[in-house]
Amino acid sequence: MPEFEPSTEYKPVIGLEIHIQLATKSKMFGRAANNPDQSEPNVDIDEVNTGQPGTLPVANKEAIRLAAMVGLALNCQIDEWSKFDRKHYFYPDLPKGYQISQQDHPISKNGYLDISVGSKIKRVGITRAHLEEDAGKNIHPEGLSYSLVDYNRAGCALLEIVTEPEIESGEETRAFLTELRNIVRYLGASGCDMEKGTMRVEPNISVRKPGETTLPKYKVEVKNINSIKFAQAAIDYEIARQTEILKEGGTPKQVTMGWNEKENKTVEQRSKEEANDYRYFPDPDLPVLQFTKEYLDELRNKMPELPAQKRARFKEEFGLPDADVENLINWKELSAYFEDVVSEIDAWMEDEKGLDRNAMIKQAANWCLGEFSAALNQANQNPSDSRVDAENFAELLKMIQAGEISVSAAKQVFKVMFEKGGDPSNIVEDLGLKQVSDESAISSAIDSVIANNQKAVADYRAGEQKSFGFLVGQAMKELKGKGNPGVINQLLKKKLG
Amino acid sequence: MNLEYLSLTELRALLDSKKISSVEMTRHFLERVKKHSDLNAFITVCEEEALKQAQEADDFIASPGENPFLCGIPYAAKDMFLTKGIRTTAGSKILDNYIPPYDATVIKKLKDQKAVLIGKTNLDQFAHGSSGETSAFGPAKNPWDKTRMPGGSSSGSVSAVSAGLVPWATATETGGSIRVPAAFTGLSGWKPTYGRVSRYGVIAMSSSLDSIGAVANSVEELAGIAGVVSGRDEQDSTTGQGDVPNYAPSLSKDIKGLKVGVPKEYFIDGMDTSVKERVFEGIKQLEKMGAELVDVSLPNTKYGSMVYAIICPSEVSSNLVRYDGIRYGHTTKEAKNLYEVYAKSRAEGFGNEAKRRIMTGTYVLSAGFFDAYYKKAQKVRRLIVNEFNEVFKRVDVLACPSTPSVAQKLGKAAEDPLFGYITDQLNIPGSLAGLPALSIPCGFCKPSDGETPSMDGLPVGLQIIGPQWGEQKVFNVGYAYQQATDWHRKHPSI
Repeated sequence: MPEFEPSTEYKPVIGLEIHIQLATKSKMFGRAANNPDQSEPNVDIDEVNTGQPGTLPVANKEAIRLAAMVGLALNCQIDEWSKFDRKHYFYPDLPKGYQISQQDHPISKNGYLDISVGSKIKRVGITRAHLEEDAGKNIHPEGLSYSLVDYNRAGCALLEIVTEPEIESGEETRAFLTELRNIVRYLGASGCDMEKGTMRVEPNISVRKPGETTLPKYKVEVKNINSIKFAQAAIDYEIARQTEILKEGGTPKQVTMGWNEKENKTVEQRSKEEANDYRYFPDPDLPVLQFTKEYLDELRNKMPELPAQKRARFKEEFGLPDADVENLINWKELSAYFEDVVSEIDAWMEDEKGLDRNAMIKQAANWCLGEFSAALNQANQNPSDSRVDAENFAELLKMIQAGEISVSAAKQVFKVMFEKGGDPSNIVEDLGLKQVSDESAISSAIDSVIANNQKAVADYRAGEQKSFGFLVGQAMKELKGKGNPGVINQLLKKKLG
Repeated sequence: MNLEYLSLTELRALLDSKKISSVEMTRHFLERVKKHSDLNAFITVCEEEALKQAQEADDFIASPGENPFLCGIPYAAKDMFLTKGIRTTAGSKILDNYIPPYDATVIKKLKDQKAVLIGKTNLDQFAHGSSGETSAFGPAKNPWDKTRMPGGSSSGSVSAVSAGLVPWATATETGGSIRVPAAFTGLSGWKPTYGRVSRYGVIAMSSSLDSIGAVANSVEELAGIAGVVSGRDEQDSTTGQGDVPNYAPSLSKDIKGLKVGVPKEYFIDGMDTSVKERVFEGIKQLEKMGAELVDVSLPNTKYGSMVYAIICPSEVSSNLVRYDGIRYGHTTKEAKNLYEVYAKSRAEGFGNEAKRRIMTGTYVLSAGFFDAYYKKAQKVRRLIVNEFNEVFKRVDVLACPSTPSVAQKLGKAAEDPLFGYITDQLNIPGSLAGLPALSIPCGFCKPSDGETPSMDGLPVGLQIIGPQWGEQKVFNVGYAYQQATDWHRKHPSI
């Protein structure tokens, strides 16, 4: 039972239960395919996951590996052995009448995850992370007197992660879920897509009264949350609702609420406290899982760079603002792409003198998070699917930096690169977007502008700064928009001198 | 041609030499099944599929090359084995129309051999029983005396084989379901080491105890069958990793110097004295053949039944949850809501014995009772395993009775839910320890409860128990015994 420091305010107490559907090829205990994108009902099924008589479970080694990797990444303790238990209840979507889960010996326990909220780092305890199998889906067609069951999802590998009740706000929840999702994605353990249900979050929320040092005697579970944003909103809503009740001297009911995303509020689903007796016992069909030191060492050796490490490295190596780093980290593939672009920039640095590396890296981050992200999202693509390769991306940035094209021209070029691929210098040629930096051409354009705009010239000389801008614009027009703005400025100032 | 009671080796020779075709052989046994349908040994006879398989076997035999041991030879499967496209009932109304979508691993292996499945044999409902009488399809009868039980739960398999309706049959054991009926019908029955034979596709009774074996007319045949059905199965995590010895070719009748333990706890009060005598004679025979008898004691034997009474219903109650009327099997027509679909389908579909075990198991696994019952039972089970391990450091095999009496009258089990309690004493400790065992016929006794058609009386079974994975040892003892005696060649006159 956790104890808390006494407080003078109303303090939220939040624990999370997170289910992550692991990205294995087949189910947790059988050979049928695991396919979260399946839209046709009852196709990814076989005798095992429909619970036919005589079938036996065989534990999926890949699921165990992924679960152990996530456990290690969450700083958990992994014991030498772990086991599976049967959890019994009747429901049509549960084919065997029991779910194979882990009761008292989960794969991993006693871990933590550090999250940053504002300027401070907060450590949230991980109680346990255990493997289990998913259930199917009951479907209730409107107007019909019967229900249907789709067993595609039945038997898929789930990792259930339970946190300590140490989270205190919607904001912390958002930070926790974002960091957890990143870790799982970095490990390749799951897509963690809350809309598709490959990541599901059920927060338990209660609020401590001022001075209270133990867990409140009630808690409210919220279901039906399908994005991290909604998790944050639902928690903030619940905290406010419960605090209000407590301030009025009441105690919130112990209920299960559902998040209604249209009305932005939680709605009571059921208040009856079900006293389920799941009759847990060790599954006799499954041998005890053994984790040797060698096996765990190998997993540790194969641990990829995790978000926290990448975050620190990006800050140190690239000197980017925190917000940029965060946005890059949150999209693993984009951050990898960004690093490829940086390597290409470094190749340019060797070939061409006079480029500013830091400025180019900042530009690279801006373009990755701006134009490129927008285009990828619109096309529903990952950076690796894109026609824009890192080499061409870097060349485009180099051309801007070297003044070969204007930023607005670069955007046009990028659009073509994204749609058709290709080398930016060729596209610039094709579109005739090459910037004029040649002084004699610019000089003669300025001469003609000065000759034709005597009033503006006089105004400028009389101290009217606005007229200078007008003259620059006229010169640019004369050069059909391709004049190098820096050179135009410089020459015009000299000539008006 | 008179084919009944010919050995598998003899049948093999007839087929290989083309003196008879598999189709002819299959027709012959199908005829006998029909003729003796009063034994109620079969729940389903699959004549059409059998003749098709026999034709395929004949085509294979006609092609050049060696034929597998069981190729073209008819067999029957206890109705616990799932057979793709052929009804599988577990002897229960709750599955009376269940057509499996896949074959059990053992059935698949037998199909690979081109063995011919002629039907599915009767059994105690979900194998719950040791008389065959809990079957929803009526009890199978003992061919030695049709007013008597053949023993269970593999009642139909032994009834069919001992009546010569089929040369051999698959069977399953959880706590005596092969050894007891084999003893009651004068057959050789093999209960394998737990994990020797895949359980995949065999309807689960008690998962940590279920062993998949066979009954036949001799140990030599059982050794041949064991060679076919044994081995690691990737779909059953509890099967052993070790290689399967070449049982039949390694059979040896030389048991000189073999140490045979005689456990005193297996000769107890309440047992029929003439059964004890026959068993002692059998053990003396082993001594005559050069074996050394060693008196041993297994004091934890008395706890076996109690441990079983907790572990078995716990696992049964869990394994039977899936029969809920939703996806397959019996669904009630009376339900008004989801709860009633479950409650009524199960109430209508399950027999009393299944219900009794579901209730016991559900209670034992309930929150608050788990530690007191299930956990404690597992600890005692460990002690029983250790005790056997210790004894097998001193002896090669154990010899004892398979049952305390000869086959009883039908109806006796229904009068008494504790029927078979002493039988359990003799069979269950070995099951809890997952040990391999045989029951082989060792003589006859007059029953104490009335006349019987056979002049000699009814068959008595001698039990040989070996250490874990010690199949070869028990097969050798049984084989040697049957080389020196001819009890296994006695058949009922029907």
